[in-house]
Amino acid sequence: MPLPELKFDKTKCAKCKVISCLVKCQYMDFKDKDKAKKEWHKLINGEDSSVLEACTTCYACEEYCPYGNHPFYLIVERQEEKGILPAPRPTITMWINQCQPVGRFLVGKIEERALSYCFLPQFNTLVKGKLFDGIALSVIFGQEFFCNAVYLHYAKASVIKDRLPKIVENIKNQGIKELVCLHDECYGTFTSLAPAYGIDMPFKPIHYYEYLYGRLKELKDLIKPLNIKAAYQRNCSARLCPETDHYVDDIFGLLGVERVKRKYDRENALCCAEIFRMAKGPALADDVQKRNIDDMVKFGAEYCIFNCPACWDSLAHRVVKQGIKPIHMIDLCKLAIGEEQALRLPELAAEV
Amino acid sequence: MTTTSALYDSLVKIVGKDFVSDQKEERYFYARDGGLMPPHEPDFVVMPKTTEEVQEIVKLANKEKVPLVPKGAGLALTGLVIPQRGGIVLDMKRMDRILEVNEKARYVVVEAGVTQGVLKSYLQKHHPHLRHSIPDSPPVATIVANAVIHGQGRLSQQHGFNSDMVSGLEVVLPTGELCRIGSCSVSSYWFSKGPPLPDLSGLFLGWFGTTGIITRLGLKLYPCKKMRDVMVFLTDKAELVPDILLKLSHTEMIEDVVVSAAPLPLRFKGTFWIMAYITGDSDEELEFKRKMVWDALWKYFESRDLGFLSVSPDMKAPLMSMPSKDTSRFADVSKGGGFQYAGPITPIEKFPAFIKKLEEVAAKYNVFYASTTRLIGAGHCMMFSFSFSFNRANADEMARAKKALYECSKFALEEGGVLWKADIYEQKLMMDKMDPNTLVLMKKIKQLLDPNGIMNPGNWEAK
Ligand SMILES: Cc1cc2nc3c(=O)[nH]c(=O)nc-3n(C[C@H](O)[C@H](O)[C@H](O)COP(=O)(O)OP(=O)(O)OC[C@H]3O[C@@H](n4cnc5c(N)ncnc54)[C@H](O)[C@@H]3O)c2cc1C
Ligand code: SF4
Ligand code: SF4
Repeated sequence: MPLPELKFDKTKCAKCKVISCLVKCQYMDFKDKDKAKKEWHKLINGEDSSVLEACTTCYACEEYCPYGNHPFYLIVERQEEKGILPAPRPTITMWINQCQPVGRFLVGKIEERALSYCFLPQFNTLVKGKLFDGIALSVIFGQEFFCNAVYLHYAKASVIKDRLPKIVENIKNQGIKELVCLHDECYGTFTSLAPAYGIDMPFKPIHYYEYLYGRLKELKDLIKPLNIKAAYQRNCSARLCPETDHYVDDIFGLLGVERVKRKYDRENALCCAEIFRMAKGPALADDVQKRNIDDMVKFGAEYCIFNCPACWDSLAHRVVKQGIKPIHMIDLCKLAIGEEQALRLPELAAEV
Repeated sequence: MTTTSALYDSLVKIVGKDFVSDQKEERYFYARDGGLMPPHEPDFVVMPKTTEEVQEIVKLANKEKVPLVPKGAGLALTGLVIPQRGGIVLDMKRMDRILEVNEKARYVVVEAGVTQGVLKSYLQKHHPHLRHSIPDSPPVATIVANAVIHGQGRLSQQHGFNSDMVSGLEVVLPTGELCRIGSCSVSSYWFSKGPPLPDLSGLFLGWFGTTGIITRLGLKLYPCKKMRDVMVFLTDKAELVPDILLKLSHTEMIEDVVVSAAPLPLRFKGTFWIMAYITGDSDEELEFKRKMVWDALWKYFESRDLGFLSVSPDMKAPLMSMPSKDTSRFADVSKGGGFQYAGPITPIEKFPAFIKKLEEVAAKYNVFYASTTRLIGAGHCMMFSFSFSFNRANADEMARAKKALYECSKFALEEGGVLWKADIYEQKLMMDKMDPNTLVLMKKIKQLLDPNGIMNPGNWEAK
């Protein structure tokens, strides 16, 4: 079967007046719109472009493009065509091998509505309590259901194109009609990446924020307002589904959480930057992480709310050092209904 | 020669009847180890408690010309504690006292049965600023036996073989005399195993118990920093590994460097994982060391030949554990509890050739493999393990693993390596290759110390 192709509409770019994909990029200097346009057209036409080397794969231009034209997916395609390695070759090899579907997966008691843990074991810790009554056992986990969006970081659109149709098929074969995605890398894959490649969705993806919001409304009587100020940590894959961001405000509203109006939130968010460490080395990653956390401190955040377990792994112990309490969104909801935080910082104190 | 039952009675007289056995169960158990060497039963298993008891047992064995094999945990895996000619296996476990820690001169004196795990937790509890060089063997391995076989551990990159860290010995010679080696022979302090005296520790270390029984051992301790971290790098180019190891050791900032290679789990496939451990008393110290490491390896990272892996706390925990849990997990990967490795000590430049050989041999004999390399000294050499795991219930798989191991050992020797904790077959390979005058010297030493050839016979037996 031929691999699916990216549906990128050049004509949109030809007519585009904003070139936000590059103008808004936080890692390249394209404030000059003409310069941005020139460079972007080089890229579209398959010419060499500095963007291909300099791109940090932060995913943000997917959100910046006002016309839903998938500039980042195009960058990834071009990087692969030109053999540009956004990260060292062995790292890419490791990722490709590690997530290979080899028939090792876990499925629970699957119902028409199921939870996807993707390939992230942390959800096993998080998914507990009243929020998940009636769905906690209906779970899929493992390489066989892994969304594969991570290869966007590694210029391997080909791996996504090869594996994603089979993953979608695997999920369908479980009889799942509605898939609650606990990681928005999955949700973004099914609602943005797959359609961009013309892959049909035989099930309905639901963002877990929408699910949580619904459950919290059902459990409204149990909610005791938390009255806290929190910094929200937006992750790279949130850029694939920016339309879900309002749920953060909706949920915070229900829980009595103030989302501090800091510099690096919403469209201007900084990701966890750990991918930058693996791709570009420590200088950029350290700088981004420092700016991000300093910003949380500056705006008086008592908590840092995590959406993505990978952000948690890279930033939770760092925010603690600045006196900020890290907590995953699911756990935040649990706290408000009188349940305990499940995902905690491991003892990082080294064993000697 | 005294009858077996008279010998039994004499042994009972020395250690008490609870600590001697000639029963089938014990003889079965003490006939084997976890490796590939065929079993051979002892006549007796004896567990002494004191140096005096050891002396009496040795004197008895020497008089009766009964073979005597000292045993720690039996985890060397190369049959070194299998009594090739029967006789007595001397299980040292009951001599388990930690006798002294000198905080200022940074050493500990232990009895022969003290294990890695016990010393580690003792130091953590009573002397948290001190540590020893923990090997990745299961924690029941003994300190003394690990030094006897020239083991390596977490501090070997900085301080050499674990046996280089010995700071004194108390030995029962094969003829029963008790002898102190090192500073403790002229002083009450155990700070040096030799210098400035003639270093006699070489008469016992590396001899696999064929020249005497160590009853006490002084071991150097080292500063224990408050924090530790691991940086994981990966490359798919074996030929770069020696240079990367050299660059890492050049920083003089590393606690330990280990390289892993295995086809499974899948994340290991196709890349070599280079784990660089660092320690520090503060975040600043750790951060400085991280920077030194990055600077040292930057050119490989920039050329995209070397990757860095940010590891999640879940993944980091097993990498940080001491001993490494992953090593023991691999040891039973085929289920059925069979694991052995040839671990030649070799120049680090041999890494690419050794990896190639390991992959070839594993494919040829269809056995599951892995390799762990540990840097010893500032790039002076490395231990490269050709590791195979096998199911003991599968005779064919065991036979294939054995062939694979010996092919790797022979290859390592041809390539200029020296076989570590060699089994009797590998010892022979080395003795055949050895400078004949060296061999004569070894023979003379052995004859001088053990005139009746009672000590761990079969091992280091020069013709
Ligand atoms: C999973 C695994 C990982 C390992 N990793 C490492 C590692 O990282 N580093 C390392 O160095 N080793 C390693 N090993 C090898 C081995 O287990 C260790 O070296 C261990 O320290 C050996 O100690 P033992 O008490 O088991 O010795 P044993 O096997 O009991 O004895 C070894 C030798 O010492 C002699 N001996 C024992 N006690 C005395 C004594 N009192 N006087 C004189 N001679 C004596 C014995 O006769 C024998 O010849 C590993 C093994 C396994 C199974
Ligand atoms: S990708 Fe979007 S923002 Fe960029 S030029 Fe095209 S239409 Fe404009
Ligand atoms: S992915 Fe990020 S770094 Fe790359 S071009 Fe888009 S916005 Fe810029």
